[in-house]
Amino acid sequence: MAEIIQEEKAGGKRKAKKHAPHIDMTPMVDLMCLLITFFMLTSALNKPKIMEIVLPEKQTDPNAAPPKIAASRTMNILLGPDNKIYWYTGNVKPEEYNSLPPVNETDFSPSGIRMLLLERNRALFKKIDNYKNLVITGKLVITQDSLNGSIRQLKKDDDTGPIVLIKAYKKANYGNVVDIFDEMNICGVAHYMLVDITWYEEKMVETAAGIPSTAVIAKK
Amino acid sequence: MPKIKLPTKSPHIDMTPMVDLFSVVLMFLMLTATMSPNDPAIVDTPSSISEKPTPNFNTMTLLLSKDDRVFLNFDNGEDTTLKFRPKILAEMGKRYNIEFTETELKEFEKFPSSMGVPMSKMKDFLATKDAKARVLLETGIPIDSLDNQLADWILFTRQINPNVQACIKGDSKTSYPIVKKVLDIMQEKNVKQFNLITNLDAVKINLAEIQK
Repeated sequence: MAEIIQEEKAGGKRKAKKHAPHIDMTPMVDLMCLLITFFMLTSALNKPKIMEIVLPEKQTDPNAAPPKIAASRTMNILLGPDNKIYWYTGNVKPEEYNSLPPVNETDFSPSGIRMLLLERNRALFKKIDNYKNLVITGKLVITQDSLNGSIRQLKKDDDTGPIVLIKAYKKANYGNVVDIFDEMNICGVAHYMLVDITWYEEKMVETAAGIPSTAVIAKK
Repeated sequence: MPKIKLPTKSPHIDMTPMVDLFSVVLMFLMLTATMSPNDPAIVDTPSSISEKPTPNFNTMTLLLSKDDRVFLNFDNGEDTTLKFRPKILAEMGKRYNIEFTETELKEFEKFPSSMGVPMSKMKDFLATKDAKARVLLETGIPIDSLDNQLADWILFTRQINPNVQACIKGDSKTSYPIVKKVLDIMQEKNVKQFNLITNLDAVKINLAEIQK
């Protein structure tokens, strides 16, 4: 409207003014806002990550002797019901099923299982940490791949850290299993394996958790 | 004193830069958006410190839901002309004496998300267009030792796409016996390396903390 007034002032000259055509962009902006919001909400920006695990080969021969590992380094982690962890070191003789040793109880908190693992795995963890620090501070320039390779080598050469056997009781859940693997990665434990729980270990968990025993005693 | 005349024009904001910016953002979002496939069951994955991204191709994903159902998903591979999905279904059909038509195989090829249908209901499943009716049919892939269809699926998937990697996407509340059963089936079929799908949850620990 203001333009019309201006034109009248100019003396009634009917000359078409050279105006750049002004397009109202508000609807377009509205639409774009909508689309942006839609895409922002639907797009999965953080892609899920993966954690690699390797399982041992299936034992087909039932009479094959299990691999020998040093009892002093063995740490058995039993994943119990209600997000509880029970653990004991060394091994238990199944013949003494009437007087099974008590298990220690801990949980998934940083002061629980992580402390235990780090205490046992301190030497290796220190080595890995020092190595990583060298890379972070720039004293050692290598690619990420060779860093991972060196860490793997450090883990392979380790002969003092614990050998962790992870055994899940039937009332444990998938989250517990992933969490315990995660703790192994956090603490840099070199040797860990998910193995089947034995009947006497089931019994130990049941005694510790105070649930009626369902474990079948497999006498030899 | 001359009065300063305020323009009576309605202030017209030039929206062109704004539109420019919006276009750029929109383009970026449209191009980066990876449409997350709709899973037939809501799965709340556990978190870990692992920073490895999930592979885009050659995966076979086992979905373990809270209510102990097992779903399976596999992709067509990087080269989509190879069409792994219909081939695998055709093999499964041969194994269970079900003849799948061309349209049914096409439908299966396009089907984007995990499926958890027993073979006996596969034909009905592919014929239904309604998403709700489909969900009702998805009772999970049978994993009993009597009717172990999951083992066959894994076998044929690996036969047709030898580069396939096994991923497990489980709810943190999935009970361990189901996980164990699935792992056992995989082990029997000689799949030894798995990728567990997790959320990233960075944890930092320093040496000073543990030295006390």
